[in-house]
Amino acid sequence: MIVASPKSVTELKNLIAPHSKVLFVGCGTCVTVCLAGGEREVGIASYAVRMARKIEGKPIELTQITIERQCENEFIKDMAEPASKAEAIVSFGCGAGVQALAERFPGKPVYPALNTQFLGILEEQAVWTEKCLGCGDCVLAQFGGICPVTRCAKRLLNGPCGGSTETQCEVGDGRPCAWQLIYNRLKSIDQLDRLDAIVPPKDWSPSWHGSPRKIVRQEHRV
Amino acid sequence: MIQLDREETAATAPARWEPRIIAFCCNYCAYAAADLAGAKRMQYPANVRIIHTPCTGKIEMEHILDAFEKGIDGVLVAGCLEGGCHFLEGNLRARQHTSRIREMLDEIGVGGDRLKMVNLSAAMAPAFVERVEEIVETVRALGPSPLNPSSRKESAGKS
Repeated sequence: MIVASPKSVTELKNLIAPHSKVLFVGCGTCVTVCLAGGEREVGIASYAVRMARKIEGKPIELTQITIERQCENEFIKDMAEPASKAEAIVSFGCGAGVQALAERFPGKPVYPALNTQFLGILEEQAVWTEKCLGCGDCVLAQFGGICPVTRCAKRLLNGPCGGSTETQCEVGDGRPCAWQLIYNRLKSIDQLDRLDAIVPPKDWSPSWHGSPRKIVRQEHRV
Repeated sequence: MIQLDREETAATAPARWEPRIIAFCCNYCAYAAADLAGAKRMQYPANVRIIHTPCTGKIEMEHILDAFEKGIDGVLVAGCLEGGCHFLEGNLRARQHTSRIREMLDEIGVGGDRLKMVNLSAAMAPAFVERVEEIVETVRALGPSPLNPSSRKESAGKS
């Protein structure tokens, strides 16, 4: 899922400083699961911003709605009515959600309430880690299901680098060495021979380095 | 959500400002301690209104923020001793939540010191009274909440 983290109350308040009637829009999918932009987080942010504005002597009228997914027009239409009554919209979705709302409401300013971070998984309660870079050319089969492109600090496809200590990456921050994990995993599935292959330089053109990507699946078009 | 009794305070408002404080008390400890304090005829400040909760872990951040938005001057969250929660970890969760709200209150200018979490057992009636007295004194020293309607009137009068 997409993992995001909330902007500070001060930053959020400053973004909407010129407006007095604002709609806060939560998203019921990824950012709800990562506790950053769901119904509850929208509620908490609303309290904080309302109080801050009241103390400044510039009260603000906030309305809240949380739609199933901000990245689909089908769900965005549910918020058309409250959006029409607001001066501006604050999206608690990922970057895709913010842009989808901006496209759908061309006459309204749309501001982001979150910093979109990465594609990751929930490791334990309230801890998320990055697992996928979305490089467009998946190499996981070769590395026993552990992605060196994302999880090796040096993005090595022919690792390890030799700088790790025990099982820890030398870059630090408590991160494990991805190549140690790859070795352990390949050993446990009896595929250590995969490490004999020299992996050629990766083609990054399917990644975001090329240009904004677009996928058209003809078989599903109507 | 929380309904503050404005009419009562308007009718009986003393000339001098008195802090209004809400104490969210866990059913298994602080609420029983408050009850015990009452049974033992122990005196504690009348500034506190107790809200009976099933566990401090069940107090949502919105409940506390709602109280502050409505102009309450301070909030006390009173849960079980660490390791003694009836639901194992509710009080630990409440501690995390209150820490986060304190940060937010500091950031928005209300003041994080207006919110306090304490841990008690059901037998600790004197400790409950002390904690209540402490928060009343802390909030009295801080003055009215900037969101308290009476403080807003005062500041408008000054300017």
